[in-house]
Amino acid sequence: MLEARIRGVGVLGPGLSDWPQLAAIFRGERGYESARTLLPAPSVLPAAERRRAGRVVKLALAVGAEAVASARTDTRTLPSVFSSSGGDGDNCHELCSSLATERPLLSPTRFHNSVHNAASGYWSIAYGCTAPITALCAREASFGAGLIEALAQLACGAEAVLLVAYDADDPPPLQAGRTIPDAFGLALLLASAQRRADEPRLQLELDAGAPSRLEAAPLETLRQTIPAARGLPLLERLARGERGELWLDYLDHVTLAVRLELSA
Amino acid sequence: MSAQRALPSLRISSYTASSCLGRGRSATLEALEGARGGLKRCDFPHAAIDTYIGEVRGLEEVRLPEALSSYDCRNNRLAELALSQDGFESAVQSAARRYGAQRIGVLIGTSTSGILQTELAYRHRDPLTGALPAAFNYDHSHNSFSVTDYVRRRLELQGPATSICTACSSSAKVFAAAQRLIAAELIEAAVVGGVDSLCLTTLHGFHSLQLTARGPCRPFDRARDGLSLAEAGAFALLERAADRPDAAEVLLLGTGESSDAYHMSSPHPEGAGALSAMRAALAATGLDATDIDYINLHDTGTPSNDSAEAHAVRGLFGGATACSSTKGATGHALGAAGALEAVICALALEHGLIPGGLNVREPDTQLGIHYLTTNRRTPLRRVLSNSFGFGGANCALLLGRAAHA
Repeated sequence: MLEARIRGVGVLGPGLSDWPQLAAIFRGERGYESARTLLPAPSVLPAAERRRAGRVVKLALAVGAEAVASARTDTRTLPSVFSSSGGDGDNCHELCSSLATERPLLSPTRFHNSVHNAASGYWSIAYGCTAPITALCAREASFGAGLIEALAQLACGAEAVLLVAYDADDPPPLQAGRTIPDAFGLALLLASAQRRADEPRLQLELDAGAPSRLEAAPLETLRQTIPAARGLPLLERLARGERGELWLDYLDHVTLAVRLELSA
Repeated sequence: MSAQRALPSLRISSYTASSCLGRGRSATLEALEGARGGLKRCDFPHAAIDTYIGEVRGLEEVRLPEALSSYDCRNNRLAELALSQDGFESAVQSAARRYGAQRIGVLIGTSTSGILQTELAYRHRDPLTGALPAAFNYDHSHNSFSVTDYVRRRLELQGPATSICTACSSSAKVFAAAQRLIAAELIEAAVVGGVDSLCLTTLHGFHSLQLTARGPCRPFDRARDGLSLAEAGAFALLERAADRPDAAEVLLLGTGESSDAYHMSSPHPEGAGALSAMRAALAATGLDATDIDYINLHDTGTPSNDSAEAHAVRGLFGGATACSSTKGATGHALGAAGALEAVICALALEHGLIPGGLNVREPDTQLGIHYLTTNRRTPLRRVLSNSFGFGGANCALLLGRAAHA
């Protein structure tokens, strides 16, 4: 059985600025208004890196920062799992446009930013983190793949693991092949379930149940169109203080059955 | 570093690799035994770069099964070609009968997946709308998950799956992730591997960083001037080792991972991240430096990589442990390098062969490591394989013969 305690949450997306705001929306205390995702400049990065940071890097660093902010966690030794269904489409578009010319001249910075682990690399530089960091892609299943990897690290002895799931929309013409309407990121600071009893606990098993849907239609649309938002049903329950079982979308014919327990 | 408990060793019950050295294990072994490299002058279309490459021959003729034809691209053809060697497919089928298809995971490392398809599509954009050709299928080619999705469907597996994309350590990290999933009892076995194919992004990209060697790459040479880009597909089937494994079996004993926290494309000059990955691999297995008989270095042939890694190796092993880089033979297969070199290490263990590093004219003795430039026949107990990637993502794998586990 994979399990963890949820110690911190970070969220950024269309009309969503942080976890307290989304939690209030889930509890019905405020309404949801869609608006283009606002990505803050990553102030944690050194100036040179900050200038070069693309949208996915800003997104991933922002939600990761929110998830670790409230907890007293040493980010220098915190292992993390970054998961994205695509990567930096803007950067890819620039590179492919250049490569289509007869004498391509690539920017070295664009090239090294083209790796799927660019965001996690910048995270490591920003926080001086020398712990293991991995970067996954399982297309639509990327949130689930990241959650499984994070929980497996906890099962193998890690005390805490940061999960950062993030996706951004691509520019045309790449956009045509993808459904993602805007940037969305979801981060969870997960801790070993063996300790501290006052944090919500989740347990996960592979299953075949239908994925849980969100009550609010616009948020359900985000869940369906952005792979990183596949984790939102967990946040809905968490915000409302509802324990019990839910199912997160994962691969064809496999979903993740998640049992959520709240502190007494 | 977080405290990791010791994880059970895994049996590498089937393994295979295809690279510019040839298709499958025996072609790879014969090339290594004969000290024959597979690099050639770069003639890749749209890449007029004065460098050498390691190309897998015959990908043009590879056909994917009809039901999976939408996945057709150079990278998935390479996956198909590599999967078809050494009875790997039937070994997986047999494991699926034992454990059930849901209990076998698929974890593949890649850095560029099928991006070549997008690069070529950008050469055929609609002149009016800018649209890519209608036949272009992003999900099944360019997307980093494409190759894992392909392998999973091709082998009819239904367990957890992911691509790991940490640049040049991608397919080393899949061994570490699979070991965790098996230890956590989410799966019983895993198909792990690395598949990365030549493309314009990496050819022109490494050229822009002035990291492509003009001739065949020369790791450990005093005048080394860069890497030789290459492609490869390598796979391993990992299962929990028996309590009393057969002495001849090759095991994955443990892994170590770390991050540099230094720079996106330059290694920490003193190899601090490399050192802590190797140290973590030893700690994970309770072994110490003297237990390791050979280190397959990441050594790409770039001036900074090789000196940083040597610094780390010296720091942990002193100057006595035999090491070499096989990239002079295979080139640097980027996201497939970790799995390719794990396979080379498994061959080394099985056949008692330390492959000498090729293309060294004048050894860089200042690096202070025991680098072999000729083959050595010697029984090997345990070997270490290093992989380091952009973004400072490091991974060291520790493999050994069951007799010495």
